[in-house]
Amino acid sequence: MKVLIRGAGVAGLTLANELATRGADVTVVEKRRRIAGNASWHAGGMLAPWCERESAEEPVLSLGRDAADWWEAALPGHVMRNGTLVVAPARDAGELDRFSQRTSGFCTVDLEGIAALEPDLEGRFGRALFFAQEAHLDPRKALLALQEKLVRMGVRFEFGYGAVQASGRADVEADCTGMAGAKTGLRGVRGEMLLLRTQEVSLARPVRLLHPRIPVYVVPRTGNLFMVGATMIESDDPGSITTRSLMELLNAAYALHPAFGEAELVETGTGVRPAFADNMPRVERDGSTIRINGLYRHGFLLAPAMARQAAEMILGNEEGARP
Amino acid sequence: MLELYGQQVSSRLLLGTALYPSPAIMAEAIAASGADIVTVSLRRETSGGKTGGQFWSLIQSLDVRVLPNTAGCHSVKEAVTTAKMAREVFSTNWIKLEVIGNHDTLQPDVFGLVEAARVLSADGFEVFPYTTDDLIVAERLLDAGCKLLMPWCAPIGSARGPQNIDALRSLRGHFPDVPLIVDAGIGRPSHAATVMELGYDAVLLNTAVAKAVDPVAMASAFGKAVEAGRQAFLAGLLEPRDMAVPSTPVIGMAAFS
Repeated sequence: MKVLIRGAGVAGLTLANELATRGADVTVVEKRRRIAGNASWHAGGMLAPWCERESAEEPVLSLGRDAADWWEAALPGHVMRNGTLVVAPARDAGELDRFSQRTSGFCTVDLEGIAALEPDLEGRFGRALFFAQEAHLDPRKALLALQEKLVRMGVRFEFGYGAVQASGRADVEADCTGMAGAKTGLRGVRGEMLLLRTQEVSLARPVRLLHPRIPVYVVPRTGNLFMVGATMIESDDPGSITTRSLMELLNAAYALHPAFGEAELVETGTGVRPAFADNMPRVERDGSTIRINGLYRHGFLLAPAMARQAAEMILGNEEGARP
Repeated sequence: MLELYGQQVSSRLLLGTALYPSPAIMAEAIAASGADIVTVSLRRETSGGKTGGQFWSLIQSLDVRVLPNTAGCHSVKEAVTTAKMAREVFSTNWIKLEVIGNHDTLQPDVFGLVEAARVLSADGFEVFPYTTDDLIVAERLLDAGCKLLMPWCAPIGSARGPQNIDALRSLRGHFPDVPLIVDAGIGRPSHAATVMELGYDAVLLNTAVAKAVDPVAMASAFGKAVEAGRQAFLAGLLEPRDMAVPSTPVIGMAAFS
């Protein structure tokens, strides 16, 4: 079975992995010149379905709870299973109760518990929620490593792929182009993020800072880097971060730890999340084209489940089916 | 039936369109609430003023009247500019005017509000001013051309409910013929019922529904509370007494002694 996948974001690459593992002949075409700059590139990389349940519907938990296992199997060593810590400034402590009312899979930790998990946050918060089963990865490293692995598995990549007609090249085409594949019912939800660098703070896990207006998360990455994200704006504008969003994100980082005030602002970025009206992803078949879209803010979390569904649609239900 | 700037409005509950878990849930919640007016922020929900976005199409498909707002504006100039953009984008003269004076409490800057209301009314806008419960500010807003008032009952999104019942009563007493809509601070259906029992004409809220565990069910609960409060007001409420009064007559009861 020859499959042509359009789009080398998290949806396209996870699907390529599922198909190649099951023996399909896969080509990935990407209009960008390399794997960078798409929505997946700006992701937080949190595999946090229990936390996401705060604002998302149940399938995000049932489809996302195996995501960490999928990534660990696909890319051994990339997944960090340190959980998620959720904190709130003293003034907004009520937000923790609100958050805990809507979620499960956490335990409440006190001042000492927080210090034991994250020594650098000692004394800064009196109470936190700890979601021990959650995990995270570095999306950029994961995307690049997955591509490398796929190449070794015989998947072909064609970058800078313009409007060339691809019909006839494959038995099945899979559209994984997110907003670029915009179709009826799909909308953009703009997200802005920052990368900060400081040696004065270290965190072992993503920390979510609750705030009634601007909840944010800080995800530690290697090299003393921290990803701070992300805004949620009903807009498909991919333009640069606004000063207001920048201020809000920086304020939140500063509220988490004042040392972020002295951090280096390494990068700001904007991505546009493709979303359907219910904010849930879909796998659809249209003739010989399969579409995965609408991953919204759950790309790394839900792409594995979507890729599995799409692979089954393409190759049938038999594990290891050969063309 | 409630009339706002000459338009008949069947529901006395107005809903905001922000903060829902998804647009689909928002649409369901609006339908469940029975609201026929929704407020939409121009600044953050409409692709920087472009029409045709999916979010805007969804709102248009709901068969509700749109009340654009100037949420997040901190100056007269900003609010006036936003109102003019909103008029183009949403094709309506209605504008919910917010001029925020304090970032923390989101308290209206009432001086800027009166000034912006004057500018916009003179320009043909039908202004729904988000104001405090201050009586004199209310008079100034009416002088500036507003035909209705939208006082807060507590800070935006605080869910505290009516903080100053006397001030709300006083406003109602002074302006018996001006439509009064409580905007901001409502946290639960009983709050909405309370202000409706005071004789307020309508209630506008957002967070209490959007951030509920089940926004659709909560929207329905608010719809009922607003209706119940209105009906109670019209029915004439029993005022509190200091003394207990039995509802069953005691005269004529058998005496066992």
